[in-house]
Amino acid sequence: MGDRLPALLKDSALTALMAAALGLFIVGFQTRDIGQGLFFDYQFVDLGIAVVTIFFGRLGLHLAAMGLKWPSFALGTVLGAVGASPLKMPSTFLHWFVVIAGVLIILRTIWPWANAALAKARHSERGRAMGQRGAKWFGAILLIAAVLLPFTPFADQKNMDLAVLILTYVMLGWGLNIVVGLAGLLDLGYVAFYAVGAYSYALLSTQFGLNFWTVLPLAGMFAATFGLLLGFPVLRLRGDYLAIVTMGFGEIIRLVLLNWVDLSNGPAGIGGIPGPTLFGAVFAETAPPGQQTFAQMMNIPFSSNQRLIYLYYIILLLALVTNFFTQRIRRLPVGRAWEALREDETACKALGINPTNTKLTAFAVGAMFAGFAGSFFAAKQRFISPESFTFIESAIILSIVVLGGMGSQIGVVLAAVLLIGLPEWFRDLGAYRMIVFGLAMVLIMVFRPRGLIAHREPSVRLHPVRAGP
Amino acid sequence: MLEVRGVATFYGAIQALHGVDLDVAKGEIVTLIGANGAGKSTLLMTVCGNPRARSGTIKLDGQDITHLPTHQIVRRGVAQVPEGRRIFPRMTVFENLQMGATLGDPAHFQHDLDRVLEMFPRLAERRDQRGGTLSGGEQQMLAIGRALMSRPRLLLLDEPSLGLAPLIVRQIFEAIRRIAREEGVTIFLVEQNAFHALRLADRGYVLVNGRVRLSGTGRELLANQEVRAAYLEGGHA
Repeated sequence: MGDRLPALLKDSALTALMAAALGLFIVGFQTRDIGQGLFFDYQFVDLGIAVVTIFFGRLGLHLAAMGLKWPSFALGTVLGAVGASPLKMPSTFLHWFVVIAGVLIILRTIWPWANAALAKARHSERGRAMGQRGAKWFGAILLIAAVLLPFTPFADQKNMDLAVLILTYVMLGWGLNIVVGLAGLLDLGYVAFYAVGAYSYALLSTQFGLNFWTVLPLAGMFAATFGLLLGFPVLRLRGDYLAIVTMGFGEIIRLVLLNWVDLSNGPAGIGGIPGPTLFGAVFAETAPPGQQTFAQMMNIPFSSNQRLIYLYYIILLLALVTNFFTQRIRRLPVGRAWEALREDETACKALGINPTNTKLTAFAVGAMFAGFAGSFFAAKQRFISPESFTFIESAIILSIVVLGGMGSQIGVVLAAVLLIGLPEWFRDLGAYRMIVFGLAMVLIMVFRPRGLIAHREPSVRLHPVRAGP
Repeated sequence: MLEVRGVATFYGAIQALHGVDLDVAKGEIVTLIGANGAGKSTLLMTVCGNPRARSGTIKLDGQDITHLPTHQIVRRGVAQVPEGRRIFPRMTVFENLQMGATLGDPAHFQHDLDRVLEMFPRLAERRDQRGGTLSGGEQQMLAIGRALMSRPRLLLLDEPSLGLAPLIVRQIFEAIRRIAREEGVTIFLVEQNAFHALRLADRGYVLVNGRVRLSGTGRELLANQEVRAAYLEGGHA
């Protein structure tokens, strides 16, 4: 290694130099308007720390790639420790930056080991059995944790809000998983059905005074109808072409909502949407005449958290229904036909499966769950406008499905926590949080190119897997 | 059982079949041989309605099926083992067989499954394995087994010997013989492996450039000078 050290140092120095050159104007100077014109803030300390980190980071990655475990491990640990130390640095982000550099080096160092160990475990009988049991238990533990969450100390307003948001995306992810993961139809306009569900509830509740539980099935039906409407013209399309048309459909729905002011109140949106009730009790401080509040019904003092917890359980229930439905339907002929259609459409026809009906049911069922989620969204927000149903929503839902591993139910949960939770938790990082978000996505794509959980669980297992000795 | 009259099929502007006449009687094994690009697979696919015949008629048990969509033709008791096998790679062997039984009566499922697994014991060993991880020969067995799960009256096979080792080819052909003789399934077999196909078949057709050039019993065609020269030189697998 001694003879290669100069080359390594040279390369690392070159990388650092390049970072310095690039960063000089981006990081080094910051313009500030102080009233009498623009002034420069100099941030050369930030730049210096970043460049030094990059130098050692590059060096560490090289060492790790050469298989020099201990030097690179030590370097990673030192970087991590420096980042985490109370050392005075100009910004919190720099602390994070240095820590992440250290963590990346350590990960790169142990990756080959971990990979080999994992591969070995995966191929042994015992490892496989443990993996399967683990997956089963993991789901159960996750479920119990989700049910108990509102009673834990974490259940403050902020966390509950986030949990409701994540669960909404889990449900949307599970719904889209039927279309994309099972039936293999790449749908980029899924948000359209979400919008249909949301506007169904918003209009029916504000105009006709229907309550949430009455509208919920109706919203699902409306959305499913739109699913069929979209399904018909795109039956012959596949892959990229299908994706483009569905994307267009999503935009059409949004534009209609934006411009059909008589129906949707256009960009101003619909406000004053009533929240969901529980056996006729409302979740508010004071009830409208003729109704009672939840607090009155239960004879407990009012707290604004009650509403949030109730919303949380509704979306948890809806999401679980989606999941249960998907798990069941995979074992039925129509679910199997979806999966077979994803695998090979020609072979499906040769087996007497009607591809038209199969695709339409997939679109309709997927849309139905988006409709449920949409009316929940409207009931939660109490105000909706076309703003909430832009293409980026479809893209996020699709990312959740793809990064989770197409067709994997638990993968969707992990990806939703990662993609929705991460940007929220890292709010402290300010503008940099999107970089962390991007980094997380890139890392998933590099290390798990087929999604977090790429394994497809057979719908039936004939020989029970033997437990380890 | 199957009656093909004057069928012409086009791919866009290119004519692949020029008025083909062909018959398959109940209980027969009929083979269609020919060189690459002669239109063998096209004829088999045309019988299945994909692509559709532009002119001519195809009748199944006296009923015109020329213009029916594929899945409806299949519902009338025609099963197809497509070229290149086309099993579902991410689904297990068992799930593949389940897919084959989509049209069948669920009450028959276990019986049909046992029958297929008895015919191809290798599939029984690999029931929980993903289709894509099987060897070529096993995939072919799976494709045939999957087609049998719908209890077809007419089985269409497109080059079942493609890319398989001679020993496996012999096993596959033996299975086809059993399906015809023991199960009474009528078989229409498209093959490049003329020697095996003609030895197995009751009758055969030779397709050249989209036209039927010769027809006769398997034995006659095997003895025919033209067939020998074109398809059998060195072809004694």
